[in-house]
Amino acid sequence: MAEVLVLVEHDNGVVKKVTGELLTAARALGEPSAVVLGAAGSAATASARLAEFGAEKIYAGESADIDGYVVAPKAEVLARLVRDLAPAAVLVAATSEGKEVAGRLAVKTESGLLTDVTSIDADGTAGQTIFAGGMLVKSRVRTGTPIYAVRPNAITAVPATGAASRQDIEVSVSDSARAATVTERVVEARGSRPELAEASIVVSGGRGVGSADNFKIIESLADSLGAAVGASRAATDSGFYPHQFQVGQTGKTVSPQLYVACGISGAIQHRAGMQTSKTIVAVNKDPEAPIFELADFGIVGDLFAVVPQATDEINRRKA
Amino acid sequence: MNIVVLVKQVPDSSSERTLHESDKTVDRDSASLVINEMDEYAIEEALKVKEAHGGEVTVLTMGPDKATESIRKALSMGPDKAVHVNDPALHGSCALVTSKVLAKALSTLEWDLVIAGAESTDGQVSALPAMLAERLGVAQLTGARKLTVEGSALTVERQTDDGYQVVQAATPAIVSVWDTINEPRYPSFKGIMQAKSKPVTTLTLADLGISPDEAGLGAATSEVVEAAPRPPKQAGVKIPDEGDGGVKLAEFLAAGKFV
Ligand SMILES: Cc1cc2nc3c(=O)[nH]c(=O)nc-3n(C[C@H](O)[C@H](O)[C@H](O)COP(=O)(O)OP(=O)(O)OC[C@H]3O[C@@H](n4cnc5c(N)ncnc54)[C@H](O)[C@@H]3O)c2cc1C
Ligand SMILES: Nc1ncnc2c1ncn2[C@@H]1O[C@H](COP(=O)(O)O)[C@@H](O)[C@H]1O
Repeated sequence: MAEVLVLVEHDNGVVKKVTGELLTAARALGEPSAVVLGAAGSAATASARLAEFGAEKIYAGESADIDGYVVAPKAEVLARLVRDLAPAAVLVAATSEGKEVAGRLAVKTESGLLTDVTSIDADGTAGQTIFAGGMLVKSRVRTGTPIYAVRPNAITAVPATGAASRQDIEVSVSDSARAATVTERVVEARGSRPELAEASIVVSGGRGVGSADNFKIIESLADSLGAAVGASRAATDSGFYPHQFQVGQTGKTVSPQLYVACGISGAIQHRAGMQTSKTIVAVNKDPEAPIFELADFGIVGDLFAVVPQATDEINRRKA
Repeated sequence: MNIVVLVKQVPDSSSERTLHESDKTVDRDSASLVINEMDEYAIEEALKVKEAHGGEVTVLTMGPDKATESIRKALSMGPDKAVHVNDPALHGSCALVTSKVLAKALSTLEWDLVIAGAESTDGQVSALPAMLAERLGVAQLTGARKLTVEGSALTVERQTDDGYQVVQAATPAIVSVWDTINEPRYPSFKGIMQAKSKPVTTLTLADLGISPDEAGLGAATSEVVEAAPRPPKQAGVKIPDEGDGGVKLAEFLAAGKFV
């Protein structure tokens, strides 16, 4: 069966959820091989998890150069693998960095690239949503080795057993791939909450929340549900919540099982980042707010009454 | 420091956007067209660097005749001149071809720094700056929320999912920016008047030495085979809060096994 390369998203070997989704999608096209690029020890840590989602092989490229320079080393290693193995396709996560790796790889291998893919068929056709989620398209690659950047949370990860046999690969990085040096990494605290793009529940607040202090109400509801916190642009621009949590066209695209919008009107640019969520709940005091057009369940009311009451009730049910 | 800013004209995200029925490319004829939002931040950043370090700012756009409007709008913010790559054979170009054309155009210009937006709102490929860095063999400083220039040394804060990275490189380099980096200025009346007489050079594929069959829809490395509007969502439940809205909400979530 044809080999399909999957670039593993991980943090020092701790595999991110999207990787299971990528391996699942890859199985529609052939036999998935996981490519683990990172610091020494990453592949060993990642191995068990990758086996659970059907990785037959693990190509381990461990070198400080991978994380020491921006994007280019990963693309170089992948390009070499593509040349040596002639895989049926390459899958990466549609994160900012994943798309950049894919872009460089597309240039190196003269291959077509599809981004923000939400499904892949056995014949290689991919589903994509475009124009803020307003349109669904099917696309295919016409040239080279198809490269798919797959949107997190779009595909349900299905376990399958894989041999996960490890093969070490050489990481030799050219001078031009060393042009941009990463000198520092700063993690800005999000506490113990899940990462926004990966979370299966997101609770977001908008201008209606009114202040940074009031965002505690949103955080409490999120914590009762084990959710990530998001915000509209009006909320981040007003300084209620840090920009990195912005959902929408110019922020993150999320596609969780459940999205709870509190005090958010539902402008098209906000919908762009959340309308593929499976279930959408809205709390807004304006019955005409466009967010209700999307909501599976909406409460017309004051979020300062509704949200704390919901939090208390959820915590009571959990106790 | 000479800077080229990449500016793309896109259909306004607040208006209705569609694909052409016939070839499934983005419909730019019926749409209201604007400068890609992130590119306004790129222009602003270029002007700031120029104000601090001198040099010239050139706007580079690949797009049809209509893109002239966006070029003038960009120039009215302050850049010195523009280059417009315009050729009917470019219609339907994929990201890979666009990057080839822009890389060729950049190689005809003198620059130390290219500044682009981190993503466009129509294609949303978000890969073009990385593709250009790859083609030109220069440093990739993408996803910046902060840029510092000291002589030929560049430092950016590159936004990541959980924070940022500090990244350093020397010119020549390609920087792409998010909207966290600055607050774009509004064109002044004087700027709008001046923009009318700023030089705009038009380049065709022939000028760039690219053959028409290497570009456009025919050479696209990927294609849209089917397109349909998202089916409308089934109307959900909407209830007024009568004092127990929070409890009702919790009940809905519990019924959906979210609790
Ligand atoms: C190019 C471009 C890109 C953009 N990108 C993004 C993006 O990425 N993400 C994004 O979110 N926006 C984006 N926007 C902005 C977008 O158009 C809206 O302005 C923004 O989403 C509005 O945020 P909001 O819903 O929080 O605020 P508003 O539209 O002001 O809505 C606030 C809502 O809160 C309700 N409310 C107020 N008080 C209460 C209360 N006590 N209880 C209950 N409800 C209450 C109100 O009824 C109202 O519906 C973009 C805009 C442009 C032009
Ligand atoms: N046709 C184009 N002309 C000029 N710049 C472009 C063009 N396409 C993309 N860009 C630049 O590349 C950035 C990222 O675009 P994209 O990769 O298409 O999301 C944009 O914000 C622009 O700065």
